[in-house]
Amino acid sequence: MKSIVFALLFLGFFGSLSAQRMISKTGHVWFVSETGLETIEAHNYQVGTVMDASNGNLAFQALMRSFQFKKALMQEHFNEKYVESDKFPKATFKGQIQDFADLDLSKEGTYDVEVAGDLTIHGVTKAVSTPGKLTVSEAGVQAKAKFTIVLEEYEVDVPALYRSNIAENIDIQVDVTYTK
Amino acid sequence: MFHRIQSITYMKSYLFSLLLLIGMQGIFAQDDLLDLLDAEEEPRTDYTIATFKTVRIINGHSIEMPAPGVMQMIISHRFGRLNGGLYELYGLDQANIRIGLEQGITPWLTIGAGRSNIKKTYDGFVKWKLLRQSTGARKMPVTLAGQSTAAVNTLRTASLGLTIPEENFKRAYRYSYVHQLLIARKFSERLSVQIMPTLVHRNLVPTAAESNVVLAGGIGGRIKLTRSLTLNAEYYYVLPDQLSDEFRNYLGVGIDIETGGHVFQLVFSNTRSMTDNLFLTETDGDWLAGDIHFGFNVMRVFTTANKWTQKYQGKF
Repeated sequence: MKSIVFALLFLGFFGSLSAQRMISKTGHVWFVSETGLETIEAHNYQVGTVMDASNGNLAFQALMRSFQFKKALMQEHFNEKYVESDKFPKATFKGQIQDFADLDLSKEGTYDVEVAGDLTIHGVTKAVSTPGKLTVSEAGVQAKAKFTIVLEEYEVDVPALYRSNIAENIDIQVDVTYTK
Repeated sequence: MFHRIQSITYMKSYLFSLLLLIGMQGIFAQDDLLDLLDAEEEPRTDYTIATFKTVRIINGHSIEMPAPGVMQMIISHRFGRLNGGLYELYGLDQANIRIGLEQGITPWLTIGAGRSNIKKTYDGFVKWKLLRQSTGARKMPVTLAGQSTAAVNTLRTASLGLTIPEENFKRAYRYSYVHQLLIARKFSERLSVQIMPTLVHRNLVPTAAESNVVLAGGIGGRIKLTRSLTLNAEYYYVLPDQLSDEFRNYLGVGIDIETGGHVFQLVFSNTRSMTDNLFLTETDGDWLAGDIHFGFNVMRVFTTANKWTQKYQGKF
């Protein structure tokens, strides 16, 4: 009797959890640095992310080591010299979809949203906000966003010698799908 | 009475379960979704990267290897001795050179070849990696690699100081071999240390007093001064009674300056040689007497087979 009640409570609790919080571990986040001399691009296809469908809260977590570059040496320098992945292994974002109450995610369609929150890279946290798109379909909710960060704000120091190769402003793009 | 006690116990445990659940709900329902992601995270292994800036510590191999599909070009110069004074412009009047190419094939296999003017030596090697230092799910304290080199001098017999005619000097006499284990540990961001048990085999030695098989032990390391600059040193101790008295143990110190695609190594050592078999067995300079050779290695990488790089993406 006791265990049944316990199990029911347990199920009820986790049931509500899974209904509200949608998790993906295969989010795609990529960035591009563009200068006249060089375009540098790196992709991370293993970004962990969760969206709370009850209140529009969002979180992202990316391992810096999982960003893949075309050139192996570039990847090594990115991790060793610039973002210092051993010291700061993860980049994270924690925020909210603005005016979430006005959205009805039970209806299929594409919604323009504004996302605001705290982005942490290289151990430095900054408030960011960006427009994004939510696409609700049978498969789930796809979230896309594109925004720009200033490297200097995250204390990623680019030596004078490489300023013509590494852009001051880095474009970051996000494409994740939360399955129902 | 007994019945009542039992129901109290029940009630207690209900209460406890309820409290536990409320507590858990508190943990899970707390606003920090990042904690939830942390909890979802699977254990991972972090392989140590950048133990050294490049594939050589100074003259000898480091455990680093070019990535698959990447070719490393090495242009090395070693000048004469600093104690040659102004007359020799501190050694700059004499320049020795080796040009080498190394191709990364897989994350654990490299082949390479080079040509040095010293004894007109060609060398070829195979370098492999067996273990990678790592932390996390799979822990490994060291990186273990190895390399085997074959070197052949192509000097004419007259230049070797021999009076026998060219055709009587067997080709096999010209070959030497070096086999090394490279065991390295990156102790911290700043300090990496490598030890190198080494065996040299020379098919022909100048005198009967010298051994064909020479055993040596090497130690090398680097201290990272800034993110683009390291201080390196490498020393090989040759076990006694294997070489003639004129030869000494090799010691080199230098700095690595890394500039993206290039690494410039500026080195000081007591040898002119840049091929393993020669700096191990024919180093004749005495550091204390000022027999110090300045030199540099220019290391440059080229992508030669992007397909190979992509194939192993995420695995190095």
